[in-house]
Amino acid sequence: MAEVIIFGLMALPALAGGVTVVLARNPVYGAMGLLGSMLALGVLYVAQLAHFIAAIHVVVYAGAVMTLFLFVIMLIGVDRADDQNERLPRQRQLVILGVLGIVATAFAVAFSGRFSWVIAATGERIPQATNGTTVALARVLFSDWVLAFEATALLLTIGSAGAIALASRRGKPVDLPIDPEVTS
Amino acid sequence: MIVTAGWYMGLAAILFAIGALGILIRRNALVMFMCVELMLNAVNLTLISAGRELGTLDGQVSVFFVLVVAAAEVVVGLAILVSVFRNRATASVDELAELSG
Repeated sequence: MAEVIIFGLMALPALAGGVTVVLARNPVYGAMGLLGSMLALGVLYVAQLAHFIAAIHVVVYAGAVMTLFLFVIMLIGVDRADDQNERLPRQRQLVILGVLGIVATAFAVAFSGRFSWVIAATGERIPQATNGTTVALARVLFSDWVLAFEATALLLTIGSAGAIALASRRGKPVDLPIDPEVTS
Repeated sequence: MIVTAGWYMGLAAILFAIGALGILIRRNALVMFMCVELMLNAVNLTLISAGRELGTLDGQVSVFFVLVVAAAEVVVGLAILVSVFRNRATASVDELAELSG
């Protein structure tokens, strides 16, 4: 019963945050919505016994990634709204219809019982087998997945080198729109 | 009343759909980026609930790798975004149309 209450309490903010990201005109509000959504998802991870993943999810996503997002939003300005003119006719209506159709299909397939293992396996759920403590996760990570772990180290090195190479390039001088109040 | 994995997967499906909707509707590259993060989060939730349901830790290990790749992706993507903004003074993807004939 407790899990039902936690699910209800956390699913609503997760969905509301996602809707905020899509609908908010100001990207800062969108970033705040995404932050709330991520914190709610972190609670849902804990409810599913993924303790270590929940911790690094909050630290990496809500901490590092969202800070980076807010930093870039502040850097390139928040006052630029999306341009409203439609380049493709009826794109928004068709997109909404298409995505709703895909979700409806997914739910229809799920409720038709084709994925019966989702319900069938609940009877023999072993909580200890999937208790994602740091020790349990490290045992799997450094035995079965050690090659992938090393590959992520390479990926992070390449990523940071690429970011430095992109950021330090000196192009032509920036022609930002000059604010008349500042120059006068 | 018990929360099955289907509940979490339904929530993840809706979150993924919201993210896909945002990518297709919005024109601001930053907002599109945040929608990608939303979709990645939805997939992470699916992986964790599927792993719990199948009684294995591999789902959580997959989420760990998704987190690392997402962090690297955000770093490079935002660097590209800042670089584009320095040259064009815009973050709207509709303005980036030099390659169209």
